[in-house]
Amino acid sequence: MADVRTKARPLSPHLQVFRPLLTMVMSILHRITGAALYFGTLLLAWWLVAAASGPEAYATVAGFFDSIFGRLILFGYTWALVHHTLGGIRHFIWDTGHGYGVEARNMLASATIIGSVAITILLWIVGLLVG
Amino acid sequence: MVQLTLPKNSKMVEGKVWPKPAGATRLKEFRIYRWDPDDDRNPRIDTYYVDMDDCGPMVLDGLIWIKSKIDPTLTFRRSCREGICGSCAMNIDGMNTLACTKGMDEVKGAVKIYPLPHLEVVKDLVPDLTNFYAQHRSVEPWLHTTTPAPETEWKQSRDDREKLDGLYECILCACCSTSCPSYWWNGDRYLGPAVLLQAYRWLIDSRDEATGERLDNLEDPFRLYRCHTIMNCAQTCPKGLNPAKAIAEIKKMMVERRI
Repeated sequence: MADVRTKARPLSPHLQVFRPLLTMVMSILHRITGAALYFGTLLLAWWLVAAASGPEAYATVAGFFDSIFGRLILFGYTWALVHHTLGGIRHFIWDTGHGYGVEARNMLASATIIGSVAITILLWIVGLLVG
Repeated sequence: MVQLTLPKNSKMVEGKVWPKPAGATRLKEFRIYRWDPDDDRNPRIDTYYVDMDDCGPMVLDGLIWIKSKIDPTLTFRRSCREGICGSCAMNIDGMNTLACTKGMDEVKGAVKIYPLPHLEVVKDLVPDLTNFYAQHRSVEPWLHTTTPAPETEWKQSRDDREKLDGLYECILCACCSTSCPSYWWNGDRYLGPAVLLQAYRWLIDSRDEATGERLDNLEDPFRLYRCHTIMNCAQTCPKGLNPAKAIAEIKKMMVERRI
């Protein structure tokens, strides 16, 4: 059949119209937290380099992490780390071929988000009490 | 390639609001994606009102009612009207499904209908599935054997036949593949859930003798491994199948043949 098209066809809507499903949202969060970990690793490297450089450099970094802004970033980094770890465990379970049923996959997805928030808060409570 | 927004020529605008049918008491609002290749306008969303007392219960009944009573230019695919041909697959109320098995009463408020996501639109609710069918062909979805054909049929035990349950029911409507974000971004190279489920259907068929070659064909960073268990496929399948699980089983076969 001859191609009689005269103009470019539109692309049908996708993200714009598809319902955000729990497992899809968790997949997106896994990506975002994974990317955030690169940034967090830079912070960790900054802290280690400062610690190795001497008391003055270390005091600068410690001062930053002690500020409200610094603590917010650290809190976010903690959550990203915990969330991505739990997400990794979830993917490991799926790699074994288990957890694909409706209840199981939604349970795993909810457990990841609830678990990551709970563990992050717990870590900070313990950290603030000890530190 | 990941592009979160729609290209300029694909952005949707508000369309025509068609008059309500006279004398109707029970109305259902339909908001439907329209695009006409014969004018120069962007896709638009038209609003229709269906008389529920004059129409069957399914979304497809509503579409046919609109086409015959209000607007004969409305274009969509349909055939069997009982969920076995897969023609009327479209995005209804945010999920990909078959218009013929989706009840209008399952949708709260207006029934929003778009073509299957992230495909080129031929007209209105008719997307171009050429690539999808070509990918299906690429997994050679038929029995491959080297041993001489038996006098009668190829025999299979009950247990082996059972392994095809949950796979053979696939009607290739493309709901799952076009619900998959990985397929949206990499549909040119990633085979997508429907085709991989079909591939698995032949991989575990006890009568098939090309398992190794079939796995070789799928051993590719894109063809198979773009599946990131997002699970939209399993959630949206109108036949209740689980392509994500089938893909996981293929990945396991890949590992198992190496050890």
